[in-house]
Amino acid sequence: MSRETKSEAGRRGFLRKGAGLGSAMLGAALGTNARAEPLQVAPWSKTPGEPALWHPYGQPSIFEKDVVRRSRGAAAMPGANSSMTPLQNLYGIITPSGLVFERHHAGIPQIDPQQHRLAVHGLVARPTIFTMDDLVRLPSVSRIHFLECSGNTGREWKGPGTASLQLSHGLLSCCEWTGVPLATVLEEVGIQPEGAWILAEGADSAAMSRSIPLSKALDDALLVYAQNGERLRPEHGYPLRLFLPGFEGNMSVKWLRRLKIGSAPFMTREETSKYTDSLPDGTARQFTFLMETKSVITFPAPDFRLKEKGFYEISGLAWTGRGRIKRVDVSIDGGRSWSVAQLQEPVLDRALTRFCLPWHWDGAATVLQSRAIDETGFVQPQARQLVDARGFESNYHFNAIQSWKVATDGVVTNVQV
Amino acid sequence: MSRSKLLLTLLLAGTAFVSQAQTYGIGHAASERDLAAWNIDVDANGVGLPQGRGSVALGQTLYAQQCAACHGAHGEGKPADQLVGGQGTLSSSNPVKTIGSFWPYATTLFDFINRAMPYNAPQSLSADEVYSLSAYLLYLNGIVPADAVLDAKSLPAIRMPNRDGFVSDTRPDTSNIACRQNCLPTPAAHP
Repeated sequence: MSRETKSEAGRRGFLRKGAGLGSAMLGAALGTNARAEPLQVAPWSKTPGEPALWHPYGQPSIFEKDVVRRSRGAAAMPGANSSMTPLQNLYGIITPSGLVFERHHAGIPQIDPQQHRLAVHGLVARPTIFTMDDLVRLPSVSRIHFLECSGNTGREWKGPGTASLQLSHGLLSCCEWTGVPLATVLEEVGIQPEGAWILAEGADSAAMSRSIPLSKALDDALLVYAQNGERLRPEHGYPLRLFLPGFEGNMSVKWLRRLKIGSAPFMTREETSKYTDSLPDGTARQFTFLMETKSVITFPAPDFRLKEKGFYEISGLAWTGRGRIKRVDVSIDGGRSWSVAQLQEPVLDRALTRFCLPWHWDGAATVLQSRAIDETGFVQPQARQLVDARGFESNYHFNAIQSWKVATDGVVTNVQV
Repeated sequence: MSRSKLLLTLLLAGTAFVSQAQTYGIGHAASERDLAAWNIDVDANGVGLPQGRGSVALGQTLYAQQCAACHGAHGEGKPADQLVGGQGTLSSSNPVKTIGSFWPYATTLFDFINRAMPYNAPQSLSADEVYSLSAYLLYLNGIVPADAVLDAKSLPAIRMPNRDGFVSDTRPDTSNIACRQNCLPTPAAHP
């Protein structure tokens, strides 16, 4: 094995010190240059394994126990916190439901779907209460889209802010979402002509609320009850959430209980004092819905150490709230030259797109970067350009090109160049 | 057309005839009374504010009981958000965003306290208590006098200091170029 995560490296270090197996372990860890050891018949090949229904709901291998969500730290209120997806451990574009990032404002409610209701009222012809059974009866669609918190990568505004890809970019996931187009339900209740905004409200104890433009609601918004083929997980809104493709994550209100149609935005706390983006002149941008074009290299990343020089496949993710990713460029020399990466199929509208580039590391120190270009031609910005446009206090919507420095010892660190 | 498709077409046509624009006829008609317990939002014009009133004085007592443990004895924050102060800091290198320095509408204060506070027992306060806490927090921020009493008429009439502090989204506000060869290094954002 020529690449390993830091936790694996830590285990090996412990074993080396503790068991005195230093050279043997090191030899086993080195792949291409060390001579193979004679094969052995392993214990698990000599006895039948676990029965069917060992786990009625399947679990990852015990050897994958470190592939988990992580939080930056404890919050004042444990239920008002976030946890990050381990992007460094994932493949393809779909995030397993158990690894999808979390952001809650007052904890995870445990909602009985039989008792859950969606109320739709306000400027409508027919105020209506829907049960979950009602909603599931309506014609459904399934779509693969990314979900990203507007605070993702926010620690990078003032220079390298985190020591791991998971913590810098992990407020990002991509799932297949199944539900009813919101437009279907809005047609059922009949929007009055002056209707222009919708208050979306959760059934959590924060009664999380955001104003949604009616145009977005009619365009592509979904009332989602399933994720990656099964009903939503409690932490992602079970039994019902709003989903707004390409918009900042908090607007896709979880545990959705109410939609109220109005003529103007409702100016909730979450769209005034929070989720607004401060500028150097003291004003703040409001209703910054769109998640702009962004990419990041997920291997190599600070969560790994390269054990030796030689061949590696650089791999990463690109996404844009504007539609499809058109191209991703990768630089292996700190931005002096760029190569066009291969985009792995499928390349979907407002979904994560996996890119890769073969790379031969010569063992010299260098800086790796990726740069996404979307189908509108928009090019992912440099950190300097974002700071020039918005200063240092915007907190949200940081989508700069990310730089990973590879040192001669194979250690990868977060830098800005 | 198959028999089942014909039946479906007739069925849908019949439904449309009966209920006008409804295609599916799914869901349950709801009266204002049915909706009342959840119909709690208050908009920026004060629409949705309930009857009742509250004073700074009562708010001071309630704040000490319900809020001070998380927001500090005087709204200075820690562990939860700072609620007081910060006026004049928004264009500095350390903007302090509080109710007084940042919130554009006093109505949002009522809406948020009423729906989500106190954190451990949301929706436990009466309308009078929420008016009182709103009054006290506005008083601490120097926005209303010590003898203020707020209700559905006076609360929306308050003009918050940062009422005009918000601007619309002007992105895209960057225009990077996808240089491929001999690209000049960009100056670092953080020298």
